[in-house]
Amino acid sequence: MSEFLQQIVNGLSLGSIYALIALGYTMVYGILKLINFAHGEVFMMGAYAGYYSATWLGVERYESQGTGFPLWLALGVLVFSMLSAALLGTLIEALAYRPVRSAPRLTPLITAIGVSLFLQNGAMLLFSPNPRRYPAILSEVRFELGGVIVTNIKLAIFAVAMLLMLGLHVLVQKTWTGRAMRALSMNADAARLMGIDVNATIRATFAIGSALAAAGGILFGLDQITINPLMGVLTGLKAFVAAVLGGIGNIPGALIGGVLIGLAEQLTAGYLSPDYRDAITFVILIVMLLLKPEGLLGVVRQEKV
Amino acid sequence: MLSAFGCKESKPDAASGSATPSTAPASQEIVIGHYGSLTGNTAHFGQDTDKAIRLAVDEVNAAGGVLGKKVKVVTLDDRGDSAEAANAVTRLIDVEKANAILGEVSSSLSLAGGRVAQRRQVPMISPSSTNPKVTQVGDYIFRVCFLDPFQGKVMADFARDTLKFERVAILKDVKNDYSIGLADAFKAAFTARGGQIPVEQSYSAGDTDFSAQLTTIKAANIQGLYVPGYYAEVGAIARTAQRLGVKVPLMGGDGWDAPDLFKIGGDALEGSFYSNHFAPDAATAKSQKFVADFKAKYGQEPTGLGALGYDAAGVLFEAIRKSGKTDPAGIKEGLASVKNFEGVSGNISINANRDADKSAVIVAIEGGKGKYRATVSP
Repeated sequence: MSEFLQQIVNGLSLGSIYALIALGYTMVYGILKLINFAHGEVFMMGAYAGYYSATWLGVERYESQGTGFPLWLALGVLVFSMLSAALLGTLIEALAYRPVRSAPRLTPLITAIGVSLFLQNGAMLLFSPNPRRYPAILSEVRFELGGVIVTNIKLAIFAVAMLLMLGLHVLVQKTWTGRAMRALSMNADAARLMGIDVNATIRATFAIGSALAAAGGILFGLDQITINPLMGVLTGLKAFVAAVLGGIGNIPGALIGGVLIGLAEQLTAGYLSPDYRDAITFVILIVMLLLKPEGLLGVVRQEKV
Repeated sequence: MLSAFGCKESKPDAASGSATPSTAPASQEIVIGHYGSLTGNTAHFGQDTDKAIRLAVDEVNAAGGVLGKKVKVVTLDDRGDSAEAANAVTRLIDVEKANAILGEVSSSLSLAGGRVAQRRQVPMISPSSTNPKVTQVGDYIFRVCFLDPFQGKVMADFARDTLKFERVAILKDVKNDYSIGLADAFKAAFTARGGQIPVEQSYSAGDTDFSAQLTTIKAANIQGLYVPGYYAEVGAIARTAQRLGVKVPLMGGDGWDAPDLFKIGGDALEGSFYSNHFAPDAATAKSQKFVADFKAKYGQEPTGLGALGYDAAGVLFEAIRKSGKTDPAGIKEGLASVKNFEGVSGNISINANRDADKSAVIVAIEGGKGKYRATVSP
């Protein structure tokens, strides 16, 4: 029983990281009907921004002294990495997607794949392809509850992921930017006629989605111990499946999808075979597309003629 | 430059047989092609091997070369990818006109590169690929290290006899011939001696999450965990095991042998053991000199893989001296006759299967570094 609960705990923390990344896919799709394949690489770049800023702040010194990295510095690393990723996301949007925004839908999609490959290989050039151990910006504390081991890192992953998602919910539902985003996703032309600045809103969407992915990158590094320039490929794909599973374009759906994919992966690896851990995600995708293509929380929008 | 030390054999090997258009510079120097993973998940393997090969080549050139000819090394990066390994060997033979090939560390890559070398009939020496299949590719493929069945058995005997373990779990990399080979050998030897393997789990190279496997392993109530993988994943596995409260020693093979193992795994590896070709702290006069020269040249201690790279180059020079020929077929015959060559990783005799009969060492991890524990002869 404790083994099963342990698998659930591990699955939930992995799933909440997927959920954070899935939000970026879902928000961009909701507004532009574009699958931003470079999003996995923004997640990776966010992890590296955290790695370098923590190293610059002397995380190794704190670690060797055994004092642990101060919490306010850890939060600083998180904020810095989210801001850098937001900048990167808006740059990608301005340089790669805006020029092809009015082109047929296949053009931006292929552009996105190009940006993704560019960032992967650029990262290998800049950071070297060798895996690196993620710095201990949170020093680990372990609790044992009835045979199940929970670390403060896992708790921090839940807490940060939930807080950020709550923040996003408030932003989308209660602020002007959020209202503009929702208007844009319903009907871009009508939104423009109502005086909404379309470019600014799209920029904000990319910035927010990228910042969330960067937070996911830092949590991923803490959880999985090592990072490398190709970490965004499979993780990004799984988060994309999570977004489709929950209903692409739907924010609570991304959360549910992420957690379900994390759990499915962990339970498959634990009870079926670790060889199927990646395959199960795509089996879920195929089954979902066959049975309920709009996703768990998606709604079928009638085309009005 | 070859006049001063000119042996009987000089230029005319340009006509060494078939219609291969060997150009003028090829006859004045011996070209050795090295392919290795200079970048990627196993970057350390290729880098350390390359440094050691270059050290051996610099030494032999300073002493006047082999058969009076200078030796030149051309290194190509295969990024740890088997398709790239095959490409690299093709290029080394067709473009760089290599007389012989050295490489790879990883067995999967040696198999890929070896098939090309065999087809082109150019001898290849793998410094440190331990999977039996590597030299079965053909009569042009040699190695200077021991084999997986031996390495797996060494660790199984140590776990059973010295550590007195009865229940050990295995966590292997299913994408890696080396890891599967070691796991099978360990399992056979350990169960033959009355030990139990209650659970066998797997991962794929490049995975970063091992918590599901380790949670299953933890529930099996074991005394040790055999992880015959490569250092990057092993380091992360050790950390995850520590995090999940799997408080047993880990055991592994020569794939652990890299400084990054400690960078990633840290104190989670304390009390673990691995089998290796060589331990820098238990050395003969020749290997002490190698360790000192390597440190002087590169400012770091060589790993066992470095020692084997150095020996692979040494065995190659020995074969050329013995046969007195520098063409691929001549070098191949020379290699088959190498007996009792004193290498830095032990004495090397090439047997009828083109493998080396060698002893292994057990290294214990204490205080954040590997310490020599025991030597096991075949």
